[in-house]
Amino acid sequence: MTQTRSPAPASDHPLGDLRPPGGRGGLVDVFRRRYLLSLLVRKEIRVRYQGSVLGLFWSYVRPLLQFTMYFLVLGVILGLRKNVEDFPIHIFSGMVIVHFFNDTFNNGTRSVVRNKALIRKIKLPREMFPVASLLVSAYHAGPQLLILLVGSFISGWHPSAMGLATFALGTAIISVFAMAIALTFSACNVFYRDFQNLVDTIGILIVWSVPMIYPFSRVIDTAPRWFENIYLSNPLAISVLLYQRCFWVDSTSDPQATAASEMPDHLLARGLGMLAVVLVMLVIAQAIFHRLEGRFAERI
Amino acid sequence: MAPVIVVKEVNKQFRLQRTRTLKQTVMSLVKRKPITDTFLALQDVSFRVPEGQSVALMGLNGSGKSTLLKLISGVMAPDHGRVRVRGHVAGLIEVGAGFHPDLTGRENVYLNAAILGMSEAEISEKFDSIVDFSGVERFIDTEVGNYSSGMFMRLGFAVCIHTECDIFLIDEVLAVGDRPFKKKCMERIHKLRYDGRTIVFVSHNYNQVQELCDRALVLESGRLAFDGSVEDAGHYLGYDEDEDDPDAGEF
Repeated sequence: MTQTRSPAPASDHPLGDLRPPGGRGGLVDVFRRRYLLSLLVRKEIRVRYQGSVLGLFWSYVRPLLQFTMYFLVLGVILGLRKNVEDFPIHIFSGMVIVHFFNDTFNNGTRSVVRNKALIRKIKLPREMFPVASLLVSAYHAGPQLLILLVGSFISGWHPSAMGLATFALGTAIISVFAMAIALTFSACNVFYRDFQNLVDTIGILIVWSVPMIYPFSRVIDTAPRWFENIYLSNPLAISVLLYQRCFWVDSTSDPQATAASEMPDHLLARGLGMLAVVLVMLVIAQAIFHRLEGRFAERI
Repeated sequence: MAPVIVVKEVNKQFRLQRTRTLKQTVMSLVKRKPITDTFLALQDVSFRVPEGQSVALMGLNGSGKSTLLKLISGVMAPDHGRVRVRGHVAGLIEVGAGFHPDLTGRENVYLNAAILGMSEAEISEKFDSIVDFSGVERFIDTEVGNYSSGMFMRLGFAVCIHTECDIFLIDEVLAVGDRPFKKKCMERIHKLRYDGRTIVFVSHNYNQVQELCDRALVLESGRLAFDGSVEDAGHYLGYDEDEDDPDAGEF
């Protein structure tokens, strides 16, 4: 031993107490290292369309194409346009939610495996990667919201306090829910890559499970009462309805009447209840992630 | 002296999945063949490192050196036993991990330094020094994908070596770069040592170990086979008698 130092008592060692290496991790740690998070998000945004001429425009091609098809087939050919006032707004306020969710779900699920070089070698709060996916999706949802806003104004939108409240609530529910799902799936995907295939399959279902290309009133009219409750236990359906309450209902000629006939009863209360549910889901998701994370480095 | 690294009765076992698909799994079950293989990478390893000591981790390939380093850095967790550290752990474990080929050298320096735990202000302050150390100034605004492997490693190395740390882990990375760069790196590591940092150094290069380390640990098939002075480790490993051993000399 070449160095001699006076021994320090273990308790007030200048370097602090002995601790497990690598820190505790978790979403709290992600927030603590938000500078790194911001760099990862910026990298993701830059890299996704690297080398493509149209770049970010590709983010809008798919929703735009889908929107056009829904509108033409369901609105014009099947005639929903005649029954549903401002049908384009009805579709688009749902599409913003569905796209944000699918985007987070897809990229979030793959995010951990995609960063395996880092997972294997450097100790980071690994929740960082799904969180970054969520923020990238939010970045891409921004311009879509802008289009929705402009479209709503053209259709005679008069924002109401109720509408703004449901917008905030819908945003909160979908963000927390998407985060919970992305966390769980990204961790499971490390062990079984089946999960990333499952994502694509579920993605097909999602479009049909929310009142986007058909009005919610049709569900009530045709399905039994108990089904309505099952239908509304889907956080995505609630978020879509909350967005529609904000943009679509307040764009129609008589918002009061539209809300009464097209929206479920006690929408706001249902939304608040759902927010509590998804928050619990997020806590569970974090626990699952934390449990599986210990074996990421060896199994990835 | 209060230890800064405590490794106590550590076991680490890897499970190797033999079957990759459901079909293979079912077939193995039918044929009563094992689905997984287990492999003990580390068995009952215990040691303590006091502050400021520089320890070499030696042993053949597959003896568990890198696994032990990953346990100390926190990338992996032990199955049994405890690993405890004091202060900030950093290291030359994977230089250039997290470098993205589509980002420029500059962007990668910021990203990589943040990954290693530096704050924005710290990176800005050290940026010039990092670039200067790497010697790739001319290409700093070029995408890293266009770098030669040497340039890539040098930039990664430069970032790593600028992280503030109390425990510095080095995993056989000194094989990269040309001779002047290697020399510069060794000088830097020696400076860390004289500044009182604790160092864990994984190397097959006995000369470097002799130069840098106060103590050597030798791992054999996951067990701690030797713990003592570097000189005795040399005797133990037979470096002094077997000059033709490819492990003994330069890489």
